[in-house]
Amino acid sequence: MASDMPFVRYENVQKSYDGESLVVKNLNLDIQKGEFVTMLGPSGSGKTTCLMMLAGFETATYGDILLDGKPINNIPPHRRGIGMVFQNYALFPHMTVNENLAFPLTVRKMSKADSEAKVRRALEMVQMVEFGDRKPAQLSGGQQQRIALARALVFEPELVLMDEPLGALDKQLREHMQYEIKHIHESLGVTVVYVTHDQSEALTMSNRIAVFNDGIVQQLADPVTLYERPDNAFVAQFIGENNTLVGHVDTISGKKVTVDLGENGKIQATRVVDVAKGDKTTLSIRPERIAFSDKVVRGKVSMPAQVMELIYLGDHIRCRMNVAGNDEFIAKIPNSNKPIALSPGNKGYVSWNIDDCRALDYS
Amino acid sequence: MSDTRLLAADGTPLKRKLAQSLFRTKLRTFGLVCPLLALIISAFVIPIVFMLSASVYDDRYASLMPKSTIAVSEWDGESPVTEDMAAAMVADLIIAKEQKTIGRVANRVNREFSGATSLFKSTARSAKKFEPPYLEALENKDKKWQNIEMWQAIKVASKTYTLGYVANALDMRVKATGGFEPQDELRQIHITLFMRTIEISFIVTVACLLLGYPVAYLMANLPLRTSNLLLILVLMPFWTSLLVRTTAWIAMLQGQGVMNDLFVVFGLATDDDRFSLIYNKTGTLIAMTHIMLPFMIMPLYSVMKTISPAYVRAAKSMGATNWTAFWRVYFPQSIPGIGAGSLLVFILAIGYYITPALVGGQDGQMISNIIDFHMRRSLNWNLAAALGLVLLVFVLFFFWIYDRVVGIDNMKLG
Repeated sequence: MASDMPFVRYENVQKSYDGESLVVKNLNLDIQKGEFVTMLGPSGSGKTTCLMMLAGFETATYGDILLDGKPINNIPPHRRGIGMVFQNYALFPHMTVNENLAFPLTVRKMSKADSEAKVRRALEMVQMVEFGDRKPAQLSGGQQQRIALARALVFEPELVLMDEPLGALDKQLREHMQYEIKHIHESLGVTVVYVTHDQSEALTMSNRIAVFNDGIVQQLADPVTLYERPDNAFVAQFIGENNTLVGHVDTISGKKVTVDLGENGKIQATRVVDVAKGDKTTLSIRPERIAFSDKVVRGKVSMPAQVMELIYLGDHIRCRMNVAGNDEFIAKIPNSNKPIALSPGNKGYVSWNIDDCRALDYS
Repeated sequence: MSDTRLLAADGTPLKRKLAQSLFRTKLRTFGLVCPLLALIISAFVIPIVFMLSASVYDDRYASLMPKSTIAVSEWDGESPVTEDMAAAMVADLIIAKEQKTIGRVANRVNREFSGATSLFKSTARSAKKFEPPYLEALENKDKKWQNIEMWQAIKVASKTYTLGYVANALDMRVKATGGFEPQDELRQIHITLFMRTIEISFIVTVACLLLGYPVAYLMANLPLRTSNLLLILVLMPFWTSLLVRTTAWIAMLQGQGVMNDLFVVFGLATDDDRFSLIYNKTGTLIAMTHIMLPFMIMPLYSVMKTISPAYVRAAKSMGATNWTAFWRVYFPQSIPGIGAGSLLVFILAIGYYITPALVGGQDGQMISNIIDFHMRRSLNWNLAAALGLVLLVFVLFFFWIYDRVVGIDNMKLG
């Protein structure tokens, strides 16, 4: 039976700090061995609390957390054997890099020779061998990040938790470190639970992403599903950029719905959530799926649009338009070798495939 | 072209240009600190320099008894007293009597040789009638003039620049023939007092650390509302007069006081055999620890406030027990606070005065109490200054030790 059990399981977990409101409302989440799962959500969504409960620094108000099939609610953090990377690294400032890395080994009473070998291997893994004698304050942010990562892995835990570990780095370094963490995860095969509020970070690294909002997992899916087929308006809005149009469901036929946008007419969309005739619904269309043309395009959904603003971004042009009364309608127009002559005030049509326009709940 | 100095756009050297542009800022900064600087110099630096100089400078004898000063300075301090010395002494005594300075002279010599006051005063009264040979006349007037130690004391007292007071502060005295010798055993009290002062300061520092560390830890880690309440409780003593706090301890600790009454009630002492908790060293220790506690807690708190709870969490996540996480991760990071607090408490305690004076009794007196005694009772300011000088050297010495062990940069006061 144990082999069927997921490596980590949250079972009906609830958490309240003040006894009046729930920070985590009924969380159920299974994480398989070797998986890279990201908890993604805005601040205050309960994702860090969930991580801290797994690490043992917070206790669940209700429900069980199981690690390898065993409930761990009553096991103190130091006996859980979970590696952790903290937001500001939490490298011990009074110890050198080597001492920092040896810390988890010495508290396990490992022999000096073994410990030195392991520290060296961990430093090699993050390519920081020559920095062993430095103090953390003498390292740059990215180097500290690597050391923190090495320290969380040096005692070979099966589960590593990361709490927004890249938050303090600049954009380029952050992207570089994302790949590095991803590669280390792949080569070591450890299970990683990662917390971030940065959706591109989540998409880059994860096998699966749990999108948190308001103490609830809104959707748990792999990056492709999450981006292409968001379950609800929050996920659509939170992952990537998104244009919304609000209307009422007019007719439903199988996977298709017709939505009444009032004075802007009726358009067809793909049905995702259970909606009934007459319900208010949010239509979600990704900016990169939108094309701009002078005429209505056959086989696609087309709507009249007026260009409001153009922003040149190198690889694409961001075009803000007014579509169906929405001033914030964005289209990303690729910077191809035949540029389109666009200028603010131009009128034309935006068009997209029915599959790309998804009718979600109204929130 | 050997001149590689950088030039500003108008050709003047960059350094001079920079100095010019910074001059105004510096002037303004100086203007702002000027009043305080003037106050410190006039009320602190000058008096201290003046006072400390008194520990090695005393021209009372030399200025009032010029002839005998020259005469004894030519004497080697061992050979028999000469007629010249006696003649000079008589001549000076006559003048001192006429100018009514004999009291001051007698007082000065008496510090080196007790009994000199009456000898000088009585001899001066009849000095005018003396006939040569003067040595005989002196010795006939009073047998003490035959004592060579009397003359040695005069030789020591006649020195304007003297290490006598500093030596005295260290239970030594200057020999007339040069060099030092131990003070009479009965008069050796200063070393004992210095040792006791250091011992009391040390115990108070350790007690403050042991009592203050957990409080500071709580203050740094409890939720804001609770920690603010604690902070107010810690600071409360600061808003109460020192005198009131000390006398409160008298009410608490005296024989018929609150503590002893409680001990009797709980059967820890019998009614007629109560603990003596005050007017002794115990009283000084208890009251001073209480008074110094905020000075330990505040630096500890300000350092602990900056230690992120993530460190301890990180340690625990790596398998450290609560104790290991504290001892190997939290405690080392709190050392700057321990250093600052301990140094502050120790240095304040080593010169503490009011509390030992009020609750110290006989064996709870500290060095500052004897300094006070010499300032106000015996009026021996020179010895008071010398004691102060030795105390200052002690403090600097401990400061130096601290710098070597902990490092002065490694200190945070707030």
